[in-house]
Amino acid sequence: MNRLSAAGLARGGVVMCALVAFPFVFSQHWVLNMAFFVLMYAGLAQAWNLLGGYSGYISLGHVAFFGLGAYSEAILFSHIGIGSRGFLPLLVLPAIGIAVALTSVPVAWVALRTRHMTFAIVTLTLLFVVQQLAFNLRGLTHGSQGVSVPSPTFSLYERPFYLALLAIFALATLVTWHVRRDRLGLMLFAIRDDEDKARGVGVRATEAKVFTFAVSVGMTAMIGAVWAYYIGYVYPQFAIDPLVMIGSLLPVFLGGAGTVWGPVLGAFILVPAQQWLAYRYGASELYLIAYAAVFLAIILLLPRGILPSIADMVARRRDGRTTPRLPVGSAREEIAS
Amino acid sequence: MGTALLRLQGVVAGYGRGDVLHGVDLTVEEGAVTCLIGPNGAGKSTVLKTVSGLLRPKRGRITLLGRDIGGLSPQAVLSHGVVHVPQERSLFPSMSVWDNVLMGGFVLRDRAVVRRRIEHIADRFPIVANRRHERAGSLSGGEQKIVEIARALMLDPVLVLMDEPSTGLDPRARQLVFHTITEINEGGRTVLLVEQNARSGLAIAHHGAVMESGRVRLEGTGSSLLADPEVARLFLGAAPANRG
Repeated sequence: MNRLSAAGLARGGVVMCALVAFPFVFSQHWVLNMAFFVLMYAGLAQAWNLLGGYSGYISLGHVAFFGLGAYSEAILFSHIGIGSRGFLPLLVLPAIGIAVALTSVPVAWVALRTRHMTFAIVTLTLLFVVQQLAFNLRGLTHGSQGVSVPSPTFSLYERPFYLALLAIFALATLVTWHVRRDRLGLMLFAIRDDEDKARGVGVRATEAKVFTFAVSVGMTAMIGAVWAYYIGYVYPQFAIDPLVMIGSLLPVFLGGAGTVWGPVLGAFILVPAQQWLAYRYGASELYLIAYAAVFLAIILLLPRGILPSIADMVARRRDGRTTPRLPVGSAREEIAS
Repeated sequence: MGTALLRLQGVVAGYGRGDVLHGVDLTVEEGAVTCLIGPNGAGKSTVLKTVSGLLRPKRGRITLLGRDIGGLSPQAVLSHGVVHVPQERSLFPSMSVWDNVLMGGFVLRDRAVVRRRIEHIADRFPIVANRRHERAGSLSGGEQKIVEIARALMLDPVLVLMDEPSTGLDPRARQLVFHTITEINEGGRTVLLVEQNARSGLAIAHHGAVMESGRVRLEGTGSSLLADPEVARLFLGAAPANRG
C-alpha cells in the first residue's frame, strides 16, 4: 500500500479543488474551451508518459487509439442516441477505455517485440494504418465524410466535457503516481535503463510493457471519446492527427519524462501558448514553428525537462554536490516499507 | 569451514563449438573466499558463467551442497542462492542507488523480507543509505561496485560469484572493494572470486586456484600460492626465482 503524506494529500486536494471549481468560476466560452484543451493534452501527455516516460518506449502511434476512442463514441451514439440529458456518452467512457485497452493487447505484443527507433517507427506506422482504415472503412466510418455525434443541450456547453476530462486526467495522474511507487514502476524504469539486465534480475519485461501499453492507450482512448463528443464530428484526419501526437509528446519532454507532474506542467505551459497563438494568428498553424522552437530549446537547454533540472539545481545548492539526484519521491522506499 | 559448498568435476564448457574449459575440477569450501587466478583466456570467467547458468556445461558435474545445478537456467541457479556479480557495470544507471539495491531482490514476493533485507544492507553499506536518492550512474566506479555487491546480498545468497571486481578501479577504490569482500565473507558468505589482480585476490582468499588453458593447474591456500615462486613469477610480477 502506498503511503500518502498529509502534505501531499493536501497539495493534491487543493489542486483538484481548484480545477473542479474552475468552470464554476469562469463561464466564458473561450476560457472554458481553452481549459478543455489544456486538460485534454495534460491527460494525453500523462497517459503517454506512463509508457514512454517510464519504460523509454517512444510511441508515436498513441493517437491511433485516441482516434479509436473517438470513433467508438461517435459510431455508437450516432446509432443509439445520447439520451434525454446527454450524459450517456460520458458514462460509457470507462467501457470504451477498457475495450480499446483490450483490443490493443495483440498490437502491443507485436509492436513491443521491437525496441528503440524501430518501435517508434512501428507505432508511427500504426498511426497511418488506422487513419487509412478510417478513410476506407466507409460502411463504418463514412470515410472522409466523417461521423457526427448528436449535440447535447447542456446549460453551459463546455462544463460537463471539462469535468469528464478532469476525471480522466485525475485518473491518469493517480495511475502514474501509483505506478512510480509500485513494483511495476521499478520494472519499467529498469526496462528503460537496460531491458536485458532487467530480465536478468527477474523482471517479466514483456508482461510489464504490454500491460502498461494497454493502460496507457485505454486512457488515451477515453480522452479521444470525450473529444469526439465535444467536437461533435469525427473526421479521420482530425481524429488520428499527427499534430495531436506531437501535442501529447512535447509537454512530457518539456516538463520531464518519467516524472509525475512534469507532463502536467508541460501541458499547462504549452497548450495555453498554442491556443493563444491560434487565436492571435488564426488557424494558420504558425504555432507549429513555436513547437519546433520549444522542442529545440528543450533538447539544448533542458534535456531532462523542467522538473528534473530544477530538482538537480536544488540538490546542488542544498548539499554542494554536483551529482544529479532523482526527483524527490522517486525512490521506492514504499516498496520496502 | 571445511564442507564443500560447490564442487566442479571434469567440467567442459565453451562458446559455440569451441571449448574454453577442458575438464575443470574445483572445490569451494563453505564460508571461505576462493580466488581463481590465471592469465587472460585461461577460462576463469567462464567458470563463473558456467556455475551461474549463463553457460551450459557440455560435460562434467557441478554440485551445490551435493545437489546438481549444472545446466540449470540462471533463474534456477539464482533460486538456489548463487548470485553472480559480473565484471562489467551491471547497475541501472538512471535509477537511484536504493532502487538498484531493491532490484537485487526483485524476485522476492514477500515485502517484509525485502524491507528487512534492504534495511540490513543499508546498515552494513553506508553508501546505500547515504546516497539512496542519487542516480547510480553518478557514482564512481568503486562506489558502483560496492552497490553491486550490496545488491547481490538482497537474495541472501549462499554463494557469491565475483568476476574481476577490481577491474578499472583506482588503488583506493580497489582496496575498498577487497575490504568489502572480506567483510561479506566474515558475515558468513562464501565467495568465489575471479581476479586479474592476483596479489590482492590471493591476499584475502582462504583458498586459491591457478588456471591455465581451461584447467586448474595448481591449488593451495591463498598465502601458500602467494609464497609460491612459480606463481610469483607467472602472475605476481616477481623476478624469476633462482632455482639453481
